[in-house]
Amino acid sequence: MHQTRPRVALFVTCLVDLYRPSVGFAAIRLLEAAGCLVEVPAAQTCCGQPAYNSGDRATARDLARRVIDTFLHYDYVVVPSGSCGGQIAHHYPGLFEDDPEYRARAETLAGKTHELVSFLADVIGTAEVTARYEGMVTYHDSCSGLRELGIKAQPRRLLAAVDGLVLKEMEDAEVCCGFGGTFCVKYPDISVRMVSDKVQNIQATGADTLLAGDLGCLLNMAGRLHREGAPVKVRHVAEVLAGMTEEVAPIGEAPAGNGAKA
Amino acid sequence: MVQVTSPAFKQNAHRALQDAGLQKALGKAKGAFLQRRAAAVAALPEFERLRDIGRDIKNHTLANLDHYLEVYAANVEKAGGKVHWCSTAEDARRAVLQICRNAGAKTVTKGKSMISEEIGVNDYLEAQGITPVETDLGEYIIQLRKEHPSHIIAPAFHLNREDWEADFRRAHTDLDPNRIFHERRDILTEARSRLRQKFLAADVGITGANFLIAETGSSVIVTNEGNGDLTQTLPRVHIVLASIEKMVPTLEDATNMLRLLARSATGQDFSVYTTFSTGIRREGDLDGPEEYHVILLDNGRSNMIGTEFQEMLRCIRCAACMNHCPVYGAVGGHAYGWVYPGPMGSVLTPSLVGVEKTGHLPNASTFCGKCESVCPVKIPLPKLMRHWREREFERHLTPATIRTNLGLWAWFAKRPSAYRLATRLGIGALSLLARAPWKKNRGAFRRLPLAGGWTQGRDLPAPEPGGTFMARYAKARRQRRT
Ligand code: SF4
Repeated sequence: MHQTRPRVALFVTCLVDLYRPSVGFAAIRLLEAAGCLVEVPAAQTCCGQPAYNSGDRATARDLARRVIDTFLHYDYVVVPSGSCGGQIAHHYPGLFEDDPEYRARAETLAGKTHELVSFLADVIGTAEVTARYEGMVTYHDSCSGLRELGIKAQPRRLLAAVDGLVLKEMEDAEVCCGFGGTFCVKYPDISVRMVSDKVQNIQATGADTLLAGDLGCLLNMAGRLHREGAPVKVRHVAEVLAGMTEEVAPIGEAPAGNGAKA
Repeated sequence: MVQVTSPAFKQNAHRALQDAGLQKALGKAKGAFLQRRAAAVAALPEFERLRDIGRDIKNHTLANLDHYLEVYAANVEKAGGKVHWCSTAEDARRAVLQICRNAGAKTVTKGKSMISEEIGVNDYLEAQGITPVETDLGEYIIQLRKEHPSHIIAPAFHLNREDWEADFRRAHTDLDPNRIFHERRDILTEARSRLRQKFLAADVGITGANFLIAETGSSVIVTNEGNGDLTQTLPRVHIVLASIEKMVPTLEDATNMLRLLARSATGQDFSVYTTFSTGIRREGDLDGPEEYHVILLDNGRSNMIGTEFQEMLRCIRCAACMNHCPVYGAVGGHAYGWVYPGPMGSVLTPSLVGVEKTGHLPNASTFCGKCESVCPVKIPLPKLMRHWREREFERHLTPATIRTNLGLWAWFAKRPSAYRLATRLGIGALSLLARAPWKKNRGAFRRLPLAGGWTQGRDLPAPEPGGTFMARYAKARRQRRT
């Protein structure tokens, strides 16, 4: 435990902000329980990844500069997404090859930016969580988290501490779900084929819940599971770790008591 | 040259996804490659270190390529061979033709070579009255079918056993049409007996090269069928087709690269046949050609040196990237529309034939990063694909709708308060729509205007009710304060 509570800035990510605020609140709950002082800088919007991966380097740099300026003075920056976390921790410095001042700042920020679950497990050293979840879950390893940030064991370690939860691994858990940001709408045929393969592997486990650490992938997989009428609940791993599953319906499902599925 | 159909990538991919035979073949072939590579890598603890060594050897060579090319050429000449410097595919085709004509060749046998595909030498020779015969089994059936390879080390990756049997019955009409192929081996035996006659009749043998060794002037090929050896030892004249980046400085470097190649490609410790050839037959040699020619092809590669794409020239054509690529695994190699498919092709093809025609290739990637993680020479393939997207964006080749949407989004993303307002309104509207009385499931959309790309094969989950995170968080803070 830290002597003084570390000041942690939450980078919410645009998808969580727009689509799944509960993930942001789950992150705050987990971080506070781990003894952090959490702040949510109001000036944040997007990490710039859509521009970066579309080849619009100028916009990517503009947005990166804003993120750097907004977040640099915190002890840590925590992101409930391996993809956006990877953008800051892995790709930002390379955007400023010809700008030594911002390059240095980008590197400093990169060094203190972490994906949520790996921050809890590796930096804080959280081993216990107080959550309960009755169910058999399977976990999808999102690509950037896995290959850019080395997130594999951390979520599994923390999930093992959740009361009542049984983890059943799926075949090819490390294979891409086909989301890929704008890829999923630019090449829908291929994307749907990839997510269909993924959904097959999910269903083959017999698990009733699918978890992952990236909302983009989760929306993609939830969307396909729904289209196929598969009875699998989909959630961000933080919701389960924070014990918030009673407070919000699974992704893609109607809130209870508010016109549930006909 | 092979026609470029990359502009039709989307249509090609669509067709490929509907093709049941192709899908079956892809599923089968892929699994075997993945398992074998994984086992080979697991059995060699220093594999990761070897990857660094491989990357460094190639980086050093590329940084000094002029020097090594000169040393290599001098050593080839010393061994009685001749180097033909060809800057374009056309130069290379002409050089091959000239050598064949000088040798009075009617038939040439060929080992597997992607450079041969790149320069389209088969069609060219045939048009000039010279018959090329592919001796690699995969290439042999591709030639029978008048197709192009769909994979760089397994040309017939897209075919099933039924296809082989049907094609052999169709082509080998002198044999009993009702013969039974009990097992795979029967197909191989039939092909071998066909090829044996050709080997003896050939006047010229053409092979590719996996590596060129500067210090000895040797070329190296690896095969598992031994056809390459017969191709280069039986005919009087041996032509090696190689591109400039095949160079390594020393024999020792070559052996390091070979260890990486076999494991990454087929999961073997070493390929069954690894053949070094150096110049012409010397006095007292048991075999070897009377003439030894190397066609050294540039075809756009030297333009990559000194650019952000130089790293691509490290590629040793092991195919691990495509074997592990979920996009390649879904659509197969032909969809990519030129010689080199998969992640390596998505970087190399735009370099060699221009990004104007091939812009889809570096875009049709989720950047999942699997390719980079298995590449034996650590080529950062996603990064290089992103560089192509940057070039496209700079040159306004990116589709107008994408540019407009991106511009609009960026305008808001740079202005937090406008962004807050716009997202609050947008998400509010979407939430309202999700609760529309006619909707069966209020948690997701089956269809939504402007979201056809998403909803064609998936529902779109509705946003969680209650507004954006930032709005809710601000509200909660205000309440806490009062
Ligand atoms: S890019 Fe790497 S993995 Fe792909 S073929 Fe070349 S060497 Fe092999």
